[in-house]
Amino acid sequence: MLHFERWKVIAVVLVCLAGVLFTLPNFFAKETVEKWPWWLPHKQLPLGLDLQGGAHLLLAMDTKELEKDWLNALRDDARRQLREAKVGFSGLGVVGGAVQVKITKPEDMEKALAALKKLIQPIGSSILASGGNDVSVETTAADTITITPTPQGMQHRVSSAASAAIETVDRRVNALGTSESTVVRQGSDRILVQFPGLQDTKQLKDLIGQTAKLTFHAVHPTMTPEEAKQTRPPLGYKVYPSAEGDGRSYILQESPIVSGEDLTDAQPGFDQRTNEPIISFRFNNSGARKFGNYTKDNVGQPFAIVLDDKVLSAPVIREPILGGSGQISGQFTVDSANTLAVQLRSGALPTKLTVVEERTVGPSLGADSIEAGKLAGLVGCLATAVLTILAYGTFGVFAVVGLIVHGFLIIALMTIIGTTLTLPGIAGFVLTIGMAVDANVLIYERIREELRAGKTAIAAIDQGFQRAWITILDSQLTTLAAAIIMFWLGSGPIRGFAVTLTIGILTSVFAAVTVTRLLVSLWIKSKGKSRIVEVPV
Amino acid sequence: MFFPVPDFKGFDFFPHNLRLPFMRYKGLCFVISLVCMAASLGLYFTKGLNYGVDFIGGSLIEVQHKNGPADLAAMREKLNALGIGSVQIQSFGADTDVLIRVEQQKGGEADQQVAMKKVVEALGPEYTQRRIEVVGPAVSSELRRTGLIAVFASLIAICVYVWFRFEWQFAAGCVLALLHDVLVTVGIFSALGLEFDLSIVAALLTILGYSVNDSVVVSDRIRENLRKYKRMDLTELLNISINETLSRTILTGMTAIAGILALLVFGGEVIRNFSFAMLLGILIGTYSSVFIAAPLLGYLGVKRETIGAAPKTKEAAPVIAPASTAGADRAKAAAGGAKKAVR
Repeated sequence: MLHFERWKVIAVVLVCLAGVLFTLPNFFAKETVEKWPWWLPHKQLPLGLDLQGGAHLLLAMDTKELEKDWLNALRDDARRQLREAKVGFSGLGVVGGAVQVKITKPEDMEKALAALKKLIQPIGSSILASGGNDVSVETTAADTITITPTPQGMQHRVSSAASAAIETVDRRVNALGTSESTVVRQGSDRILVQFPGLQDTKQLKDLIGQTAKLTFHAVHPTMTPEEAKQTRPPLGYKVYPSAEGDGRSYILQESPIVSGEDLTDAQPGFDQRTNEPIISFRFNNSGARKFGNYTKDNVGQPFAIVLDDKVLSAPVIREPILGGSGQISGQFTVDSANTLAVQLRSGALPTKLTVVEERTVGPSLGADSIEAGKLAGLVGCLATAVLTILAYGTFGVFAVVGLIVHGFLIIALMTIIGTTLTLPGIAGFVLTIGMAVDANVLIYERIREELRAGKTAIAAIDQGFQRAWITILDSQLTTLAAAIIMFWLGSGPIRGFAVTLTIGILTSVFAAVTVTRLLVSLWIKSKGKSRIVEVPV
Repeated sequence: MFFPVPDFKGFDFFPHNLRLPFMRYKGLCFVISLVCMAASLGLYFTKGLNYGVDFIGGSLIEVQHKNGPADLAAMREKLNALGIGSVQIQSFGADTDVLIRVEQQKGGEADQQVAMKKVVEALGPEYTQRRIEVVGPAVSSELRRTGLIAVFASLIAICVYVWFRFEWQFAAGCVLALLHDVLVTVGIFSALGLEFDLSIVAALLTILGYSVNDSVVVSDRIRENLRKYKRMDLTELLNISINETLSRTILTGMTAIAGILALLVFGGEVIRNFSFAMLLGILIGTYSSVFIAAPLLGYLGVKRETIGAAPKTKEAAPVIAPASTAGADRAKAAAGGAKKAVR
C-alpha cells in the first residue's frame, strides 16, 4: 500500500501541476490572461448571475393560445379544401378541441373525407423517423367529419413554436446590446433568458412582452361597428378593438392584405409635420406588390394597421403606395416606438410569453457576495488546516497539502468543464474542504489505533491506509449518490451546489488517499524504513 | 534524503481508554429522538414553514438606501397603502439594507410584475435594487414538488446503497437516522420561523449525505468487530464500535463545523439561512448516527453468521474466518456474500 512506482509518482505530480495550471487564470484579470502566451490555459471560471449580477427570466409560452390558433388555421384550411372539392357543407367550426363540419349531401361524404385527409401531415422531417400524424380525420356521425389534433401533433406544434420563439427572443434580446446573453429552451414550453450585467429588466420585459404580430387589413366599406354588434359581422369579417383603449372598434376583413412576415425593416423616427414618434417600415418584394395592388384598387377607402389584434390606426388611402415603404403612427412615445421597431424587425412571436420566474441580482450585491465567499472560503480552509495540523502533526501537514491539491483540482475541473460558479457553489466548495478532511481523519485515527494495539510504525501506517480505504469508499459513494440525485432533480441553486459537491467528492478521494499516501511514502523513504520507530501523527 | 517537514506529533485530544456507555441509554435516546420527530411533524402541520418565494410564489426585493439607514416604518406605511396584499419588510444584514416580500398576487403571472413595478415606484430613487426574485404559481409548485422528490429520492438511493453494502438492519437504522435529521432540521426551521427556500433543500440533501457518512463509518466498524469478536454480546459490541469511531466522529464534525461557521459568519446574508441549516444538520446528523443508527441494531439484531462468515464458506455456519487479516477485497466479498445469505 505504501510503495509507489516511479510512473505513478510522476502521474500524481502531473495531475497536481495540471490542477494548478488550469486554476491559474482565475486569479488574474481577464485582460491580463488574454496577453498570456498561447501554451498557457486561458479559460476562466464563468461567474453565475448571482455573483456578477444580471437578470434571469423564465418565460412560458401560452400553449392554449397555440392550440386555439392551430384549430382556427385548421378550420380555414378545411373550408378551402371543401370548396376546392366542390362539396356542400354547413356548421364548420371549432368545437372543444377539434374542428367539426357537417356535409350537406350524404353522397358527398366520401369526397369530403378524401379532401380533408389532405390536411394530415406526418410529423418529423425524415422518412425513417415516423412520429405519426399531426391530426386525425374521422367520420363521427352520419353527416359529420371531425378533425382532431393528435397529442403528438400538439407536442410537435409546441416544440416548433418554442424553437421559433427562442430565435425571436434571441434577436430581440440582442438588440439591447451585449452579446453575452443566453436564450435557451427549458422543458417543452419554456424559455430561459439569462442576461449578465443587466439590472433594470423593464426594457427587457417590454421587448419580449409583446408578440408584435403586425397585419394590414381591409376595412368593411359600409357596415359600422354598431350595426355589427346588433347583427353579426359578415362572413370573413371580424370586429377589432382600437389599441388606444377608447372603446372604438373596426370591422375588418379577417385575412390580412399583408402581414409582418413581409417586412424587411422597421425603424423609429419622427413625423415631419406633427413631430410625433412614428415607425417607418419597408416591405419585401412580394409584400410591396400585394400592398401596391391593394392601395391602387382602393384609393379613397380606409385600411387598418393592426398590431396583436388591436387597431393602431385606420388611415384613408389617398394615393397608391407603390414603393413598398410607409410609416405607422399611433400615439407612440419615443421609447415605445423604439421597442416596437425592434420587435417588428425581429419578427412576431408565435405566442404570448409570460414571465413565470424572474431573478435579478444587482452588481453591488454580486460583488459583495464574491467578497463574502472569498473571505468565508479562506477562513474555512485556514481553520480546517490549523485543526488538522494540530491534531495530526507532520502527517497533518501532509493532509493539508492534500487539501490544497483538492482545492486546486476542484477549481481546475470546474474551469475545464465550464460550470458557472455560483454562491451555493462556493458554499459547496467550503463544505467539501471540511468534509475532505474526513478521509484523512479516518486514516490517521486508524493508524493511531493500530499503534495502540502494539503494531510497529510501518505496519500501523500500512494498515491504517488499507483499512480506512474501504470505509472512505463507502462513505464517499453514499454522499455521491445524494449529490447525483441533487443534480438530476434539482434546479438553479441546488444544481450549482451539486456540481461542486460531486467534483469535490472525486477530488477529495484523490487528494486524501493518493496525494497524502504518496507524501507519507516519500517520508518513509527519506527516513529509511528500518529507522522509523515513531509515527508523527 | 532531505525532507522539508520536521517530525512532530499531533495532539491526540481524545481519551481513548474511555468507554462511554452509549447503549445503556439507548431507550432514553430513542424516546427523546421520537419525541423530537413527533414535535417537528406537529410544528410542520400546525405552524407550518415560512416558505420563501421559491415555494409559495410571490416577489422578493432587496433594496439598499443610498445614504444612511433605511426608514422601515415609512416604507411599511408606503407599501401597505399600495393594495398589493401582505407585504413583509425586514432589515437584512446592514441597517441600509431591507428585504421586502410581497405575497403571491391573485391574478397570476402578469399581476406579479405589476405589483413589483408598484413597489419599485413607491420606494423612490433613494433606494437601489440589489436583488429581485419573482416566482409565479406554476414554477413555485414545481419547485416544491421537485424539492420534495429530491429529498425522498436521495433517502431511498442512500438506503438501497447501505442495504446493498451491509444488511437490511443497517439500512433501517440509516433511514431512521436520516428521517430524524431531516424532520428535526425542518422542525427547528418551523419553530424559529426561518425562511425555507430552495437553498435549504440543498442543505437538507447535504445533511443527508453527511449523516449517512457518519452512520456508514460506524456501521463499517460494527461489521468489522462482528468478524473480530465472535462471541461478544451484541450490545457490548455496538458500544465498543461506537466508542472506537468516536474520535473520528468528533474530529470530522469539528472540521466540518469550522467550514460552516466560516460560511455563517463571513458568507454574507444571502446564504446565512443555508449555513445555519447546515450547522444544525451536522450537529443533528452526528447525534443521530451515534445515538440512533447504531443503537437501533441492538433492537433489530444482526445475523452474525452472515456477516461473520467468510464468503466461500457461507453454507458452513460455524467456520471461523480469519477476520483480523481480512483486507479490503475480502471485506467487499464478504458483504456480497452476506447479502446473498440474507435472501
